[in-house]
Amino acid sequence: MQNYEDILVSGVESGVLTIRLNRPDAYNALRTQLLRELADALDTAAADDQVKAVVLTGSDTVFAAGADIKEMASLDVVGVMNDPRPTFWRRIALFPKPIVAAVNGFALGGGCELMMHCDIVIAGDNAQFGQPEINLGIIPGAGGTQRLIRTIGKSMAMQLVLSGEFISAQQARSFGLVSEVTIPERSLERATQLAKKIATKPPIAVRLAKEALLKAYETTLDSGLNLERKAFTLLAATEDRNEGIAAFMEKRKPNFTGK
Amino acid sequence: MSYETIEFSITEGVAVLTLNRPDSLNSFNTQMHAEVRSALKEVKKDSSVRCLLLTGNGRGFCAGQDLSDRNVAPGAEAPNLGESIEKNYSPLLRTIRSLEMPVICAVNGVAAGAGANIAFACDIVLAAKSASFIQAFCKIGLVPDCGGTWSLPRLVGPARAMALSMLGDKVSAEQAEQWGMIWKSVENESLMDEALSMAKHFATQPTKGLALIKRAIQASATNTFDEQLDLERDLQTLAGRTEDYREGVAAFMEKRQPAFKGQ
Repeated sequence: MQNYEDILVSGVESGVLTIRLNRPDAYNALRTQLLRELADALDTAAADDQVKAVVLTGSDTVFAAGADIKEMASLDVVGVMNDPRPTFWRRIALFPKPIVAAVNGFALGGGCELMMHCDIVIAGDNAQFGQPEINLGIIPGAGGTQRLIRTIGKSMAMQLVLSGEFISAQQARSFGLVSEVTIPERSLERATQLAKKIATKPPIAVRLAKEALLKAYETTLDSGLNLERKAFTLLAATEDRNEGIAAFMEKRKPNFTGK
Repeated sequence: MSYETIEFSITEGVAVLTLNRPDSLNSFNTQMHAEVRSALKEVKKDSSVRCLLLTGNGRGFCAGQDLSDRNVAPGAEAPNLGESIEKNYSPLLRTIRSLEMPVICAVNGVAAGAGANIAFACDIVLAAKSASFIQAFCKIGLVPDCGGTWSLPRLVGPARAMALSMLGDKVSAEQAEQWGMIWKSVENESLMDEALSMAKHFATQPTKGLALIKRAIQASATNTFDEQLDLERDLQTLAGRTEDYREGVAAFMEKRQPAFKGQ
């Protein structure tokens, strides 16, 4: 297995790979190296048939408190234009398998944006979310202005991005930013449980479902429905679909093979 | 650390914090806020502490805010009370409620305004028969603070909470016990004995488990039934992993007294 410095990557267990952000001294600030490692790890996971789903987490007290400000401060306009970070974000966004995030403590700035790259978020009740970039004279740069407004609506997205205020886990759930709130000690367990459940589902259907769901952000309803229908049609050619339906009719457990 | 407006000690797992401005019924001024804050920081830091006992010196428990600290001269600009709540009272209340150990309040005399509501934020309240509780805020044009408008309706129901808050009537310790506002009223002379013996008892108990109970009961105020079932499942998962649970079961099977470490 590849050696990483800023992240910890587990072995695959029941189809689930766990990636932990691991810069405890820097509140898991997302420096370039961390993002590169994360993109690399996800690329590896994408190519690994054993991996059916990924759990992404930080520590018990912090998910990620933002970008690495020191690193950012050293960039002038040309430096920012040539910054490789957007390509890492792009690779993370294109990861085709489900990512379940377990978020405790701060998920701020880039940390909040990274969380929004995940498909499902379980939050510890100590979690806090926000886009405080405005306090530094900058704005969110990894999808914060786009994914946030599509997820929680204009009014709250504006409030977070323009004022830099934080919201709690309970608020985040009521706005739809996270799907479940647990006690912090259980968020990783719950995220892993969900990821393991997803890992038992037919992988091609899971992948197409994720793709179709994410497209809803980007397309008109009409072309979204079109894409959904095509994915639906495509699945008719898979063995897992036949197995799934047969098992349902025969009242037994399906045995999916990923074909 | 030495204090002037409070007394503070930690003995055999029990921290005792005594409000000590008896001449002004232990009302809060800026210095007392700072000293209470600092003492509670010690409680949080010291892992040997397994119970906190809060009480007052003299004939009162706490008369709330010291109004001489806030005297508004005619024509002067109105004070920003929200700021003092944000800075002093709310952090105090949040600390009491989130301390991972039982917090006992021994109400030795009148508990008025913030003093009453600080008591209601504690986990178990004992009161001397001569003690009383007053939502004094309405009498000077204010709103009950320190969580009073949250805890009172939950303790005594909205009808009584509303009347108590609007009339500012004094509730005796015995009445408070009958209404379920507090755990127990006791003879004046035995208040501290009973409170201390309860605190010492808690210092030998499974502290982690008690802290989880506290979390569960508190969360029930805002959770739905289904959310609470999920929470109980999660907290029980944690409780089942504590050393004290292991010890508790072993002692039960071996028919002996358990020796809990609070972990």
